[in-house]
Amino acid sequence: MNAIEFIISGMLAAATPFLLAALGELVAERSGVLNLGVEGMMAFGAALAFIIVYNGGGHILAFLVAGIGGVLLSLLFAFVALGLRANQVATGLAIGILGLGLSAFFGKPYESYTIKGISKISIPVLSDIPVIGGLFSQDIVVWLAILTSAGLWYALTRMKAGLLLRAVGENPKAVNSLGYSVFALRIGAVAFGGLMAGIAGAYASTVYTPLWADGMIAGRGWIAVALVVFGTWMVGRVFLGACLFGAVSLAGIAAQTAGLSIPSQILTSLPYLVTIVVLGIISSNKRLLKLNGIASLGETYK
Amino acid sequence: MTTPLLSLRGVSKSYGQVHANTAVDLDVAPNAIHAILGENGAGKSTLMKLIYGVESPDEGEIFWQGEKRRIASPSEARKLGIGMVFQHFSLFETLTVVENVSLVVPGTKKELTDKIIQFGEEFGLKVDPLSHVHSLSVGERQRVEIIRCLMADPKLLILDEPTSVLPPQSVELLFETLRRLAERGVSILFISHKLEEIRSICTHATILRSGHVTGNVSPRDFDTHELAKMMIGRDMPETIPAKPMPRGLKQLELANLTHIMEDPFAVSLHDVSLQVREGEILGIAGVSGNGQSELAELISGETVLPPSEGERIVMMGQDVSTLNAAARRKLGFAFVPEDRLGQGAVPELSLTKNSLLTAHSKGLIKRGMVNLSKATRFTNECIEAYDVRTPGPEAEAGALSGGNLQKFIVGREIMLEPKLLFVNQPTWGVDIGASAAIRKRLIELRNQGCAILVISEEIEELFELSDHIQVLNQGRLSPRFKTSEIQPEDIGRHMISSAEDVA
Repeated sequence: MNAIEFIISGMLAAATPFLLAALGELVAERSGVLNLGVEGMMAFGAALAFIIVYNGGGHILAFLVAGIGGVLLSLLFAFVALGLRANQVATGLAIGILGLGLSAFFGKPYESYTIKGISKISIPVLSDIPVIGGLFSQDIVVWLAILTSAGLWYALTRMKAGLLLRAVGENPKAVNSLGYSVFALRIGAVAFGGLMAGIAGAYASTVYTPLWADGMIAGRGWIAVALVVFGTWMVGRVFLGACLFGAVSLAGIAAQTAGLSIPSQILTSLPYLVTIVVLGIISSNKRLLKLNGIASLGETYK
Repeated sequence: MTTPLLSLRGVSKSYGQVHANTAVDLDVAPNAIHAILGENGAGKSTLMKLIYGVESPDEGEIFWQGEKRRIASPSEARKLGIGMVFQHFSLFETLTVVENVSLVVPGTKKELTDKIIQFGEEFGLKVDPLSHVHSLSVGERQRVEIIRCLMADPKLLILDEPTSVLPPQSVELLFETLRRLAERGVSILFISHKLEEIRSICTHATILRSGHVTGNVSPRDFDTHELAKMMIGRDMPETIPAKPMPRGLKQLELANLTHIMEDPFAVSLHDVSLQVREGEILGIAGVSGNGQSELAELISGETVLPPSEGERIVMMGQDVSTLNAAARRKLGFAFVPEDRLGQGAVPELSLTKNSLLTAHSKGLIKRGMVNLSKATRFTNECIEAYDVRTPGPEAEAGALSGGNLQKFIVGREIMLEPKLLFVNQPTWGVDIGASAAIRKRLIELRNQGCAILVISEEIEELFELSDHIQVLNQGRLSPRFKTSEIQPEDIGRHMISSAEDVA
């Protein structure tokens, strides 16, 4: 397998943890709530999932519990930031730290244990194409993540629930005067964000790198938050941003194995740099930012 | 007598110490166009919020079609058949018209699109269902709001100051729509402080003054003067005449100013030229959103032109195109911004500290240190001379009513003894008494030889104040008209020329 095939076949799986977390955060932010606790919710989900798989609970249960763990943390966030109307940034940071702490605490006995990942599903014919064939041989979660992206795009642009979500992010007062509950909508959106972050963490610890190490999420939650903002809250762009990030991180690994004499620190920081530069350039379009930006983002309602 | 559609009995609502409504009785008959008349702060909006279920009353009862009801939320109000068009629209700018409608009205996109077109034809509310709301004019947005309410088939439609955002010709269209609705059995509650309008369209009027009902009349039986007296509780303040002034020096000149905005929600200015001389008030008319804020930013110096655009803005004979706001003020320029809370004053700071914002040049600061006693003296003078009702100079600016804060800000700027004063929306959201006082001050200042530029949406105000009027429409400025030689209708025509409202 040459470097290009390596990147093409692995790109989607590398992108999936970012993608899942970013889609969740996108929904939360579309409703006007900035939850910066993504990193912690991911870490918490990752620890829960790893423990369950290690103890023989299986991947399905692991993803389920990780999702619930993410939801619980996000509801705690919602209770403080929406219910008690505390500052969203500060609350999100605190929840993030709590999640990291919980993951370290529960994960401690499992340090550097490994488990078995899940097998890949290949699309017949397509996966036999030379060079790009690897793209069509992915595990089930990757396929589901792609479907979720498409579904979310459809919901946000074509369905009433999606329109309502965008509406509450733009003008919560008006949504209230139309007779909808701003709190119910926002709590729902925040919980969805927690669910996706938990699942993203589960994927990272039980499928992508099926081994436990404290701090294994390694900033992926933060990149997810950045992807949402630089992707101007559009599903397609967030998807592309996540793939770009995945591809560049694999390129770094490929370069290392090829024995290029570039310091590994530079190679590991490359995906962060490239993603931020590329998305930064795309999102410098003021018109798009204004049209897709969320007017009430981070503001405390009432 | 038939059962009223809606009755209020003894309804009261207080916010802390403020009694917004006290024992209000109101009867709205079926098919009526019923006005709620009152000044800003008289309690009209609170009353409507109680009816629409946004707030609940402390005391009193609400009857709907003769039955006692508790309206706990807007969705309950809508279920009963009450629709409301807010003064500040509850539309979502990033969604299309039909998407906005679909949030409230069930149905597929196709059905809703057809229905919007059908309603548009039936009631004279033309609007493109597929365009994004941010690209619509204010008049069109209001139509969307009304259509959205009508689709729920309401029995009562509440309109909160619907004409305050419309040019005169659009007002006629709106009235035509309302009359058609009333004929079809929809009652309308029409909130306004504009007396002529109420006389022309409403069949009943309930007058509110500081939260109390002070009259229930048939507005056509009274002239505007009598109605005004009921509304403010005393005679209208007198106006002072503008005295003829010799032709003075040019204090402000804009020469073919063009400024393209990157922001898609902002209006670009095209080829704007104007001049203001000593002892003259120039009024800029136009519906807001036609480039007023952009023009204000350029004149005040909040936005500075690039060096390549020299000689576009000249003040006191000096090219100021590239100078910032502070440098322009040093030349004798003073500015009252549109936004009182946040731009004209800092709401969290005391009046004295707010004086320092622009009056520091009057010796209130020495070698970087604040001279507090001087600042307090300045503030006290301003409070006294401009009749600002406040506990004292230490009161927070945000605690003052709109009218009083505006009097303070205008006073502060006039006390700087400017050569050129620019006032953006001098009396927006200010009650009649304070408005009259502010206008009087501006004319006095003009009579002393100051050059004054006023941007306002209120045509009557510009006719009272200005020597000349120009109209801003879609970022372009009309030629200059002498106020004494022109009628409000002519101005109205320029306000909407080439805009959709003519069609």
